[in-house]
Amino acid sequence: MAPKRAVNAPSAPSPSTSAFSSSASTTLSSGPKTLSANSSVPDIAVHVWQQYLTTTPQRTLLLDAFMAFLVLVGGVQFAYCVLAGNYPFNAFLSGFCAAVGQFVLTASLRMQTSSVEGASGKGASSVPVKAGKGAVGRGKDTDGVSHERAFADFVFGSLILHFFCINFIN
Amino acid sequence: MAESPVDVLLKGSSGQSTRGLLKVIILVTIAAAAVSSRLFSVIRFESIIHEFDPWFNFRATKYLVQNGFYDFWDWFDDRTWHPLGRVTGGTLYPGLMVTSGVIYHILRFLTIPVDIRNICVLLAPGFSGLTALAMYLLTNEMSSSPSAGLLAAAFMGITPGYISRSVAGSYDNEAIAIFLLVFTFFLWIKAVKIGSIMWGALTALFYGYMVSAWGGYVFITNLIPLHIFVLLCMGRYSSRLYISYTTWYALGTLASMQIPFVGFLPIRNSDHMSALGVFGLLQLVAFADFVRGFIPGKQFQRLLTASIILTAGLAFVGLVVLTMSGVIAPWSGRFYSLWDTGYAKIHIPIIASVSEHQPTAWPSFFFDLNFLIWLFPAGVYMCFRDLKDEHVFVIIYSVLASYFAGVMVRLMLTLTPIVCVAAALVLSYILDTYLKISSGPVTRGRSNEDASEGLRSARTPEVGITSYFSKAATTSSIIVYLLLFVAHCTWVTSNAYSSPSVVLASRMPDGSQFIIDDYREAYYWLRQNTPANAKIMSWWDYGYQIGGMADRPTLVDNNTWNNTHIATVGKAMSSREEVSYPILRQHDVDYVLVVFGGLLGYSGDDINKFLWMVRIAEGIWPDEVKERDFFTARGEYRVDDQATPTMRNSLMYKMSYHNYNKLFPTGQATDRVRGTKLPAESPQLSTLEEAFTSENWIIRIYKVKDLDNFGRDHSNAVAFDKGNKRKKATKKKGARLLRSE
Repeated sequence: MAPKRAVNAPSAPSPSTSAFSSSASTTLSSGPKTLSANSSVPDIAVHVWQQYLTTTPQRTLLLDAFMAFLVLVGGVQFAYCVLAGNYPFNAFLSGFCAAVGQFVLTASLRMQTSSVEGASGKGASSVPVKAGKGAVGRGKDTDGVSHERAFADFVFGSLILHFFCINFIN
Repeated sequence: MAESPVDVLLKGSSGQSTRGLLKVIILVTIAAAAVSSRLFSVIRFESIIHEFDPWFNFRATKYLVQNGFYDFWDWFDDRTWHPLGRVTGGTLYPGLMVTSGVIYHILRFLTIPVDIRNICVLLAPGFSGLTALAMYLLTNEMSSSPSAGLLAAAFMGITPGYISRSVAGSYDNEAIAIFLLVFTFFLWIKAVKIGSIMWGALTALFYGYMVSAWGGYVFITNLIPLHIFVLLCMGRYSSRLYISYTTWYALGTLASMQIPFVGFLPIRNSDHMSALGVFGLLQLVAFADFVRGFIPGKQFQRLLTASIILTAGLAFVGLVVLTMSGVIAPWSGRFYSLWDTGYAKIHIPIIASVSEHQPTAWPSFFFDLNFLIWLFPAGVYMCFRDLKDEHVFVIIYSVLASYFAGVMVRLMLTLTPIVCVAAALVLSYILDTYLKISSGPVTRGRSNEDASEGLRSARTPEVGITSYFSKAATTSSIIVYLLLFVAHCTWVTSNAYSSPSVVLASRMPDGSQFIIDDYREAYYWLRQNTPANAKIMSWWDYGYQIGGMADRPTLVDNNTWNNTHIATVGKAMSSREEVSYPILRQHDVDYVLVVFGGLLGYSGDDINKFLWMVRIAEGIWPDEVKERDFFTARGEYRVDDQATPTMRNSLMYKMSYHNYNKLFPTGQATDRVRGTKLPAESPQLSTLEEAFTSENWIIRIYKVKDLDNFGRDHSNAVAFDKGNKRKKATKKKGARLLRSE
């Protein structure tokens, strides 16, 4: 059950994981719809979704689309495994692990790049640098990992991942 | 004092490079000391593989070098576990053999022809040098003081807890596994600190290497998730944790599944479930953290409650369904025995029978770690003082490892690294506090102590450096402790851990050394005098040695994958001849080998292990073999006149004491291990005949007689022969001829 949960969890409203808390304090006031103190759960979810669409830069959206695609691929494989049997189990495992692994790698890349963007206030990000609680923490977290370094790391990790998958696929 | 030239050397930019150079020199010295202190056995005896398991590893390595990697991977071994065979390629951890195979081929490529045996013998010392370096790196991540890493490296290099598994010749999985363990932890700490995919991926790679080398990888599999989990509970979630952990888990799990022996375990076995659970949890936490950025606290809490209830319910239902349907395997037996020390004794005698699975005796902590063991709690306390992420790791590691080391002797090995780290943290802290007069003498003083096992002559100056009494007292007492530590380590290594156990050494009354080489004598006899396909039955301890040294098929060996087969051998050994003989015939046994220490006082012999054979056999055939029957009415385990009839009629007893009394004057036969007088007449064997007995009677080999030519049973035939000597000679010849066909 757990692998399914790992994939499904982020897929609920939006397949992404990171660092937009810096935008929280500012965008809330100017957001499309303000929330009352005790609105219902679906309302909050809709609100989050709209916030996400308005504040995310283009490049990060691209990454998110890729992650959504990976979740889809993983979900399809898992559904196939449950419904039609797991006969080539090696193949299923390596396919599924490839999807999950690529997903977490992409999520990591997204965290690293978007937080650096937030901190430097450059690029497509329209978010002004606010000393939000999360932003300070984030900026410190991935200190010293530049965009290029993060991307190189991402490529390195993906290469290893796919090498193992191909080796395991039988 | 001459401080000005030292100041010039150690301050400013030239000081940087001087210090770097000093560090390199010290580390190289430490590595050299680590290697050389493990060479006692090579110098004293010869370059020989030790003990039991290493013989299998050695044999497998030879196979790898001769037949190439792919043959090794698909190796089906029909010369062990006769008649079952063993899918060796799929049931071993190949890391060790592949490592030495690669070293062998590299040396070949460099036109340095080295015998594969020497590579195998010296692999463990070589890797212990690397372990010291890895230890330096790991400790450096923990402390800002430069001396901590050097101290830890020195401790790791010579501490007996690690030497016990890595002397030259103990060519076992642990030889490289401890290096991989320490280095993986170093990479992990680095990954958590920096939060980069690269370090996470490197951790995963070395984790994969570790999986291929040792079953103890489960320790890492559980320790890293626990580290993350504790950090999450402390409210320390950050993207660094997410990046390092998910990268490690995704890549590391795939890497571990590449090893055929591990296979699908990482997704099936409960031992690995904690890692998976933390992986899922981390996804949830990351997502929650992401969502929290969008909405104020109150709504977030409501959303959180709803989603937590939903996911927890789903996960619980899923877990129940999966466990009920048997997709997730239950915990393995070895795992249970970690939590309940009595478990193995009741349920799995074969695990309990191995001496290294016994609980640790208290003195052995001090014996293996000396003064590090009482510095260890102080080091853990130091980690509580500045509680960064990596210090949390040290604390978790030390708690877990201390527990496990208390449960099983051989897990002392996993405790040793963290003890070295903690002790080094404390010592460097003390030294930094007491030696800080100026920066010059401090580094000099430190570096001298680090290399204390190497540079004894250079130690005197730094005591005189300080004029304060307390500083002098503290520093000198620490130096005394360090010196004692070095002396203790050397003594322990030389006396306790450097015996090959294949070759035994003892002292003659005049003090000269007396080498007891019965094992190799007997195995060589087998090699020379029996057909290449003669099946040898012995207790499983000697299976690997017979396979490695005598190159003969065996019934059972140290792999112990088939309990029933081992129990069969146990039953044959512990039953009467009339019961045993059919078993021997059914399994094509040609020779039976027993180890007997009665003449020499060698206590590790088969009579002392006999009760385990009985217990294991009883586990499978409770009606036919009963442990109670081997004890006298007063509950004693005896071999003399008072021994029970079951004991005296058992095959093992007969083989051990057959003809033994002929060495002594009538009625004087004594067993020097048990310290008892033996019955006056020797036990009679009718279905076996003595084939070989080694010089000191340690190994006795018996040949299984063929069926009688006249169709009599063997006891009748023997009784008949007793009355007619001439007939016996002809009968024997006839039997031999039949055999050689």
